Amino acid sequence: MWALRSRLVEGLRAYGLIVAMWTRSTLAYRTSFLLTALGNFAATGLDFLAIMLMFTHITALGGFSLPEVAFLYGTSGVALGLADLVLGSMDRLGTRVRDGTMDVLLVRPVPVFAQVAADRFALRRLGRILQAAVVLGWSLSRLEVDWTPGKVLLVPLMLLCGAVIFGAVFTIGAAFQFVAQDAAEVQNSFTYGGTTMLQYPPTVFAKDLVRGVTFVVPLAFVNWLPALRLLGRDDPLGLPGWVDFLGPAVAAAMCGLAWLAWRAGLRNYRSTGS
Amino acid sequence: MRSGTGDTVRGPEEAGAVSHDPEESGAVGRGPSGGEPGFIELDGVEKVFHVRRKAGRLRRVREEVRAVDGISFRVPRGAMVGYIGPNGAGKSTTVKMLTGILVPSGGRLRVAGIDPARERTRLARRVGVVFGQRTTLWWDLPLRDSYELVRRMYRIPEAAYRRNLERCVELLDLEKLLPVPVRQLSLGQRMRGDIAAALLHDPEVLYLDEPTIGLDVISKAKVRGFLREVNAERGTTVLLTTHDLTDIEQLCRRVMVIDHGRLVYDGGLDGLHAVGRSERTLVVDLERELPPIEGVPGARTVKVEGPRQWLAFPAAQSAAPVVSAVAERYPLVDLSVREPDIEDVISRMYADNTAP
Amino acid sequence: MLYAAVAAGSFRRYATYRIATASGVFTNTVFGFILAYTYIALWTERPHLGGYDLPQALTFVWTGQALLAATGLLIGGGMDELQERIRSGDIAVDLYRPADLQLWWLAADLGRAAFQLLGRGLVPMAVGTLVFPSALPASPVTWLLFLVSVALGVVVGFALRYLVALTSFWLLDGAGVSMVAGLMCLFFSGMVLPLNVFPGGFGEVVRLLPWSSMLQVPADVLLGVHEGVGAARALAFQAGWAVVLLASGRLVQSVATRKVVVQGG
Repeated sequence: MWALRSRLVEGLRAYGLIVAMWTRSTLAYRTSFLLTALGNFAATGLDFLAIMLMFTHITALGGFSLPEVAFLYGTSGVALGLADLVLGSMDRLGTRVRDGTMDVLLVRPVPVFAQVAADRFALRRLGRILQAAVVLGWSLSRLEVDWTPGKVLLVPLMLLCGAVIFGAVFTIGAAFQFVAQDAAEVQNSFTYGGTTMLQYPPTVFAKDLVRGVTFVVPLAFVNWLPALRLLGRDDPLGLPGWVDFLGPAVAAAMCGLAWLAWRAGLRNYRSTGS
Repeated sequence: MRSGTGDTVRGPEEAGAVSHDPEESGAVGRGPSGGEPGFIELDGVEKVFHVRRKAGRLRRVREEVRAVDGISFRVPRGAMVGYIGPNGAGKSTTVKMLTGILVPSGGRLRVAGIDPARERTRLARRVGVVFGQRTTLWWDLPLRDSYELVRRMYRIPEAAYRRNLERCVELLDLEKLLPVPVRQLSLGQRMRGDIAAALLHDPEVLYLDEPTIGLDVISKAKVRGFLREVNAERGTTVLLTTHDLTDIEQLCRRVMVIDHGRLVYDGGLDGLHAVGRSERTLVVDLERELPPIEGVPGARTVKVEGPRQWLAFPAAQSAAPVVSAVAERYPLVDLSVREPDIEDVISRMYADNTAP
Repeated sequence: MLYAAVAAGSFRRYATYRIATASGVFTNTVFGFILAYTYIALWTERPHLGGYDLPQALTFVWTGQALLAATGLLIGGGMDELQERIRSGDIAVDLYRPADLQLWWLAADLGRAAFQLLGRGLVPMAVGTLVFPSALPASPVTWLLFLVSVALGVVVGFALRYLVALTSFWLLDGAGVSMVAGLMCLFFSGMVLPLNVFPGGFGEVVRLLPWSSMLQVPADVLLGVHEGVGAARALAFQAGWAVVLLASGRLVQSVATRKVVVQGG
């Protein structure tokens, strides 16, 4: 336990060091940073523009109004954005394994995970978070919800748990690249595909698909289940009410799974060297 | 596959891999030689890979590749040892096991008493690694920032860091390169930068994987001079894999040759030449086309192409008498000496081995 | 022929990335499913939106996923390499080759597109057609027209990305331009939402821009929206943009080449 904790501290320290270095070098080119951050802002904004275009023709999608869809959009966007900011470069792991630079990380006296996670830390990814946060803010101002302290607390909690769940998916995807180096895109299906799905109400999708993202890849806990509770809507799967609050437990379980996957991946690399 | 067992290691001394001339323990040679526990110890180390190979259009078969096939050697603290062999012989795999990147499939391996595979991060603080082909620096960051990051990662005390950096900057001529992003450095500059990065934390052992590959003559000389200095001054143990026999000649008194995952030679460089009967080549440009040069003691003409002729002579022999013998009797325009190829040397060792 | 060999080589090269292709197919299929369900919701709410019925809207989704890689709708789309060569100065070597730079890269891009149409297009299209209602045409003529339209779309996509890559001659960091160009591509091709759903005057303008050649026009040809003279007009629209953009690429290229020659790289 003690060893684990000191490894964790070491890892966080190394992560901080590398992130600080990247941030410093990014800010040296201020214009370039602002432009790419703006680009990120616009890139994710297009998705929402599409939703707004849809709503020029309709008043409700799957029974959800525009502010309600915007709430789903904002929460999944912020959650993914946070995970992307913290662990966003992990999908380059396959490239590292292929070109041999993975070895370089293994000869340094700090945990490999911290180095991979912090590699090319890009502050411009704040653009995505900001864009999603703007949409979220707008939706919160328009939603008709009886705000109780519990409900108010639920919003930051779901963002945090969502970010952790997405982070675990990033990690598992990266661990998979130890085995299949060209499979970066599979990861995208779960992260970017997942967030696209979570932007829309669960009522839109086939039940099997909703079951899939609840029980198999538990993305539903990022925002769907807590949001349904918040918006006072029924769960299309008819799960018991307490399931809506399982977010933290699911996030913790996903972290455990990610940890195991990462360890297995790294062990595989260290026995095969590729 | 070759016939024979793991102990076909050939050296000048029959005792084999373990014993060395006390002199060979290097300038700093701490501790007695002989049965002493080495700083680097390998006992029957193996690394087996399973690869999938294409067999026909769709079928793939699993195949076992023994990249390192039972290697044993000891390197005392402060020694500077060459580790050579043809491509794919198992050199890099060995270095990867020594650094803990790869976990051995069998045998026992210790560096400074530590099992690298189990305590990789602890060992990392005491080890410096330079991969010739890949940089350990941060591609997009200026050299100085990379060093700063190394300092923090390795928790190098400020004073030691400053002292080491100054020394490296001076000896490797890095002053002008410090503000330059690594990706803009030439290969030779980058290699120098990499070597400095590997030494900032005062490692007790330095592994260099092809440190002079692709470098120009001046960079090579600078790198070699620096390594000699580091080894002499700090007593850093150095293990050097290379393709370039000149690296070995100028730096190492002891050399180990690996082929097909086995240690085929461990001893002095002179011994290697004797065993391999390797030859150097004198390339002679004459004023005009002439019949093959004859009557040079110890040398024979191996090739003639217009006015240019190639003379082979034993690598252990000095080139001077050959040159003077040629110059005495032939109209010379230009001369150059080619060093023997490692591949060549090793293939000759084989020729010896298989001969009855 | 030289350019045929370049195209064939490029086809083979992309064919070797098996795992990347497989994971791309997987991703395209996943996104196809997600989009299909949102379109079902949208078209259930508003049947005949944009003139499509539901099967047509769904076929549009899967056509988009099938063409995503081929027409280079994905950011980069094979032009990163040219950009990298320009940045590193290796382009000088290419300019001295006895081959035309633009045609060389066009050939390579056509080879890439041909592979990605087969390797990454067929499976998502088949899955989509099996799982959801579809409006695929029965007439072989329509399919033939569709293929011509896709080919023209690939050329337009190439011409656009070629122009973007050439900006690297002047811009040190081309990442920003590539990103913006990629976004325009996704949005104005109809990938995010069919262009005929775009409202009013905005929609009118968007449908006339070159990006519509990359998805909207081929999809409409496949769905039988354009028939007879209409189809001919649609193909002419694409060909027109292809010519204009290739010609601009040529113009920019000659300016850039002069710059390289003058500065010596």
